[in-house]
Amino acid sequence: MGEAIVVTSGKGGVGKTTTSANVGTVLALQGKKVCLVDTDIGLRNLDVVMGLENRIIYDLVDVAQGRCKLNQALVKDKRFECLSMLPAAQTTDKTAVKPSEMKKMVDELKSDFDYVIIDCPAGIERGFRNAVAGADHAIVVTTPEISSVRDADRIIGLLEQEKQITPPRLIINRIRQHLLKSGEMLEIDEIMNILAIDLLGIVVDDDGVISSSNKGEPVALNPSSKAAQAYRNIGRRILGETVPLMVLDEKNGFFHRFKSLLGMR
Amino acid sequence: MSATQPLVTMKGRKDGLVLVMDEACAYRDLVRELKEKLAANTNLYKEGPVISVKVQAGNRYISEVQRDQLKEIIHSFDHLKVEDIQSNVMTLEDIAKKKAQEKIVPIARIIRSGQVLSVEGDLLLVGDVNPGGTVSATGNIYIFGALRGVAAAGSDGDGKDAVIVASIMKPTQLKIGQVISRNENGSVEEMKEDHLLECAYLDEKIGKIVIDRVHAALKKRNLSLVLEKL
Repeated sequence: MGEAIVVTSGKGGVGKTTTSANVGTVLALQGKKVCLVDTDIGLRNLDVVMGLENRIIYDLVDVAQGRCKLNQALVKDKRFECLSMLPAAQTTDKTAVKPSEMKKMVDELKSDFDYVIIDCPAGIERGFRNAVAGADHAIVVTTPEISSVRDADRIIGLLEQEKQITPPRLIINRIRQHLLKSGEMLEIDEIMNILAIDLLGIVVDDDGVISSSNKGEPVALNPSSKAAQAYRNIGRRILGETVPLMVLDEKNGFFHRFKSLLGMR
Repeated sequence: MSATQPLVTMKGRKDGLVLVMDEACAYRDLVRELKEKLAANTNLYKEGPVISVKVQAGNRYISEVQRDQLKEIIHSFDHLKVEDIQSNVMTLEDIAKKKAQEKIVPIARIIRSGQVLSVEGDLLLVGDVNPGGTVSATGNIYIFGALRGVAAAGSDGDGKDAVIVASIMKPTQLKIGQVISRNENGSVEEMKEDHLLECAYLDEKIGKIVIDRVHAALKKRNLSLVLEKL
């Protein structure tokens, strides 16, 4: 029996889909059987980010309405044997699926996969309720902006009311080092102070994320990218390892490298 | 009316007039005799300054309507002003309300954006109130944590004496009784920054909500009485 993790944020455009794709990819890289579920019915994106759009035959709504079996709708990833995706429908809207139907689907997926990653749509309405219905755990994605943190706070409040979900964990996305240094961006400590939940990881803003999304390849596949390292760390933390947070203001001097070799950082 | 004991006894005191009312007779008879007595003694209070009147109803329950009626009767005479109508009796409903208002409700959780926590009585919150979150209480609000959202004390409307205490006072809005203040210059009189454990109260002289350190506020107002309930 696997675990279902919902990736949510409240606000749109903070990187839920990118996070879902990359977290799914790094877990698959670790050899886990992973299924990505796109619940953003009507505005599906996950298939595009994963580069699997052309393989879709059936979708989530077809499964819910009994037009096909669940495993017929699953799209196998072209890069990993162990990674699949259940795409959302593009032609209807969020009301096409009920939370109870979602829960049934996720439960069925959990018996076949180690991890079911559910990509939640923005907002707090039906789409959100569909996405959280079958989840066991939750990841809240926020950016260091006040509006995004406010919405994350709202979402955490709603997740806390879902009794079957363990306390949510936080990913702070799109951290821009130069803004952080100049004090124009909310600091990580400040965000943690307000949201008061466990930090799962921080991801720096990386141009590579956009270019690889456009190519349909999750950035996590490119190990030289900083964002990829961050996602790999997040994947290891989900698997239960203790990984220290990435150092943001990197000093590349000889002395610093020497120190870090000795473990003094 | 041939009772040996009068139903209404008028007593003159240094600070005004006291009307002692019989507690066993019918209310109708009481009203009649009150009118007669007051009319018979108009020479006492025809001239001169306003005389304050205290009504002592003893063990008789006086309803809100009756209270208004008594006041109306007494006020129909010039120079008379009702100061208080005292009764030893309360309804169970009133007592329950009063008890709820005096109770301290302890709650340990974070009030996040979009969440509203409102209680009857005093609120003792262990945890933060985040921006976008709201706490309200009919009595006082004590927050062991950071207040970054909205807090409304004395929320039943006439709670001018209510206070809001927070370990970290960074509210978006404060409301005490009917007075609202936003956290901008001019509406909340912030005494000093970086104080831990601050107290917000309504300064009726300036009609604004003032934030001050707890003990400074204590000196100015009789807050020790309020806080002793803790």
